[in-house]
Amino acid sequence: MSVHKIAIGLGILCLATLPWWVGNSYYINISSQILLYAIFALGVNILAGYGGLVSLGHAGLFGLSAYAAAILLDHGAGHLAAILGALAITLAGTAVFAGLSLRATGIGFVMITLAVGQVLWGLAYRWLSVTNGDNGVNVASRPAPFGIGLDDATPFYVTTLIVFLLTLVAVAIFVRSPFGASLAGTRDQPRRMEALGYHVWLIRFYACLFSGLLSGIAGLLFLYYNEFISPQAITLTASAEVLLMVISGGAGTLLGPIVGAGLLVVMKNVASAYIERWNFVLGAIFVAIVILMPDGLVPGTVRLTRRALQAMRGSRPDAAQPRLEEP
Amino acid sequence: MSLWIVLTVNSVTLGGLLFLLSTGFSLIFGLMRIPNLTHGSLFMLGGYFGASLFIWAGLNFWVAALAAALLIAAFGGLIERFLLRRLAGNELAQVLVTLGISLMVADLCLVVWTGDPISVATPSLFTGFAHIFGVAFPLYRLVIIAIAAVIAIALWMLLDRTRLGAMIRAGVDDRDMARVVGIHVSKLFTIVFCLGAGLAGFAGMIGSPILTVYPGIDSDMLPLALVVVILGGTGSLLGSLVGSLVVGALYNFGQAMFPELAYFVLFLPMVIILALRPQGLFGRHAP
Amino acid sequence: MKLRRRTVLKGLAGAGVAATLKAPYVRAQGASLKLGLICDKTGGLAEGGIQMEQGLTSFLKAKNYTIAGRKVDFIVADSASNPATAKTKAQELIERDQVDVINGPLAAFELLAITDYVAAHKTPMLSLAAAEDVTQRKPNPFLLRASATSSQAMHPLADYAAKEMKLKKVVAIADDFAFGYEQLGGFQQVFEGEGGRVVKRMYSPLVTADYTPYLAQIDEMAKSGAIEAVVQGFAAANPVKFMKQYHDAGLKLPVLGGETSGDDALLPHFGDEAIGLVSSSPYTADLKTKSNEDFLAAMKKYYNVAAGQYAAIMWLNGMVIEEAVKKLDGKTDNKEELIKALRAVSLTDTPRGPVKFDHFGNIIGDIFIRKCEKKDGKLVNPTVKTYRNVSQFWTFDEKKFLSQPVYSRDYPPLKT
Repeated sequence: MSVHKIAIGLGILCLATLPWWVGNSYYINISSQILLYAIFALGVNILAGYGGLVSLGHAGLFGLSAYAAAILLDHGAGHLAAILGALAITLAGTAVFAGLSLRATGIGFVMITLAVGQVLWGLAYRWLSVTNGDNGVNVASRPAPFGIGLDDATPFYVTTLIVFLLTLVAVAIFVRSPFGASLAGTRDQPRRMEALGYHVWLIRFYACLFSGLLSGIAGLLFLYYNEFISPQAITLTASAEVLLMVISGGAGTLLGPIVGAGLLVVMKNVASAYIERWNFVLGAIFVAIVILMPDGLVPGTVRLTRRALQAMRGSRPDAAQPRLEEP
Repeated sequence: MSLWIVLTVNSVTLGGLLFLLSTGFSLIFGLMRIPNLTHGSLFMLGGYFGASLFIWAGLNFWVAALAAALLIAAFGGLIERFLLRRLAGNELAQVLVTLGISLMVADLCLVVWTGDPISVATPSLFTGFAHIFGVAFPLYRLVIIAIAAVIAIALWMLLDRTRLGAMIRAGVDDRDMARVVGIHVSKLFTIVFCLGAGLAGFAGMIGSPILTVYPGIDSDMLPLALVVVILGGTGSLLGSLVGSLVVGALYNFGQAMFPELAYFVLFLPMVIILALRPQGLFGRHAP
Repeated sequence: MKLRRRTVLKGLAGAGVAATLKAPYVRAQGASLKLGLICDKTGGLAEGGIQMEQGLTSFLKAKNYTIAGRKVDFIVADSASNPATAKTKAQELIERDQVDVINGPLAAFELLAITDYVAAHKTPMLSLAAAEDVTQRKPNPFLLRASATSSQAMHPLADYAAKEMKLKKVVAIADDFAFGYEQLGGFQQVFEGEGGRVVKRMYSPLVTADYTPYLAQIDEMAKSGAIEAVVQGFAAANPVKFMKQYHDAGLKLPVLGGETSGDDALLPHFGDEAIGLVSSSPYTADLKTKSNEDFLAAMKKYYNVAAGQYAAIMWLNGMVIEEAVKKLDGKTDNKEELIKALRAVSLTDTPRGPVKFDHFGNIIGDIFIRKCEKKDGKLVNPTVKTYRNVSQFWTFDEKKFLSQPVYSRDYPPLKT
């Protein structure tokens, strides 16, 4: 068994037993939030990290799913129907979103996603008869899959964890698949990919759909976690925040978005209780990350550890071989 | 009929402010490919610095505005030299660092100037009204239009008639080629960044008698500036000008005519234009 | 950077803690009284949120952090003007810190996001937010509101406009969110009941940089004689922006405003354009009562700021809590008893005059109509009329009032 696998196993064990060693339900709830935002960030990372497509409108998809479910529930649909309906609506919405946004790449993509996101926000804010405007839509209860009620912190956390692990596995498979490789190809060498006969647009379109689906799942968890949804969840700030999670943790890595989600949720919700100027500290952390680890926390830490290990090895008298690795 | 005239003049006023704000963003993006998301913060800081110099230091309004512009230009220069420079080509890191700075600036402003809004008195020379077609216009709004027009012309002369302008244009068109023919691109970057930041700061101050200065004005203005640049196309002076006027008009007429759809009126045309012409109305090349 | 004093939770690691949380928390006598405050210290509503913290902190400082013989632990949580954050902060206060009482939040959307949760956890909440239905059609049994519903100050304002100012036709404008709708709805219902007419209602986005599209329409209506006055229901910093642009546009019609439009805390930020603004508020700085003088003196001493209604209501919250805890001899473990005692509080001398609460937990108190003027170079809001003991139902029959829909963007409908 490699070190890698042991680390993964330990990580999962820690997460699975978390409710029992964390104790207070408040911290269990915070952990649920971290996991649901991690799912969202993993979704955004598909595009931003692997596809080179930075979206500033993903909160719109996140909100679309949450609103769709909340409204379906409000009209008497059951939980399963509402969840499936919401995911179908999110996929359809993402298809339109992608159809418009993929007319461009680079900054053009950023701008169109921003505009589409703002339109979705405007809908949520203004389409009062459906969305109840600023006050949002409340959800009466959480679902009870297999007769297990999710009202308490622990069962909800466990459910979120299961969804999170499934997402993680799906993303890991996606990244290692030939399709994932071709998506990375469209990021690095779009022209060459085109010349090789790949349908670059279609690859990006499918990546958008996958990313939208994950955002939708996160949106559903957000809805059930808070038991309400309101336009603030769809703002440009919300889109920027999830992007910050991805970039600060390390875009294009599996672990990065999860670490980034943890950083933001903890800063916003936990640290803000102790640090009056938490916004300033958060901004300073971002700037520090960029200066010290421009690729993000996870790749940066990996690089630093590797260098430290090398230095340690190098300092040992018996390790006298010349180092031929990268500078 | 006066409603239409008033709306038109106001559209142009807002357009003028947006032009000052967005042209810097557009130039910076066109030349350096940096999405400078601190631009709203620079606008806000300009307002706060200017208002402080004007109200508490007792400076003349215009002197305060110029001083604010210079301070913000210097601040922008620092950001460019010490942070953005090392991130060339890393778009994600640029987004992260500019948003990080925005957070820090917003929080600092909250500490220094508190959460209360600061209203800035209109400069005494322009407090009155001008009567045009029997409609009374606040003189100061016309002054803003005039200032924006003068700056637009000055920028056009700078870009079109001077050596520096030729270098900037060359840089926007093809950065690598400009470097090959011996243009000192990195110095150019700093100059353009300072210029763009200074314009944003200046706009923040001269806009303050209308908008007041308050926490959150940064995130109110940034999306508007982005819309302008998206519509007009990046790196194009004409694009910024036309984009500003269009957004000013959409904002004013949209809210008056279709109050229910205020948000769509602003963003839906943008989505449509972008879907048809991803590089914006006057963008030179597809982004 | 400032670390806030916080007591570390006892028994943090206990495995059973989560399960026992929902049961009433039993605590030894003599333990400190835990007061939580949810307010917006950052984000768009920071101006009001900071006043809230200052108001309650001043009260506690003046009491030397001791209420009814119990030491007070005061925990402030920043909801960052975001409902999801407000929810997390409510969880923090209830589940981790196990506060006895929550003060705040400020915004209706924050209150609506946490009201069910707080009721389910049986924690008394002394909210400032004005959302009508939490004390009307969807009451929260653990809520107490010492401020006012959105329309509570607008009903008397409409009465004043119709009877004293003899206005017949007005245009109304407010921020585009529930607080705005409910304010204008309340104004319209009373105003039209007394023979006036709201010609048009306009709602501008909460973040409106430039009000001229609306001002141009007001100008048009003013010129054609369609209106005699403007009624506005702006909140946060928007009244300052609106009044300035209103003046700059050359408009001269009288302006009437709700409780947030001419708040005493905003006065230093207005220019002369605010002179003549008629505003209706559950608090006024010029009220000559002993406790109002104490309040103003404390705010000056500790913060040296112009105090407005947000701070005053939080001070009042402090008084109400003190009274209730005294009545219970300091025993606050039974939350049902606590909310009962809180709702039974009746005080004669508070910063806003005599107060009591109705069976929904909403305040019955005086509403002050003020007219802004300049005195010794400073803007002040002298009271021109006081409406005594105003309830959230005004003079309407409670049952009839509750059977109509809540005031909204479409209700009451405009007469055509």
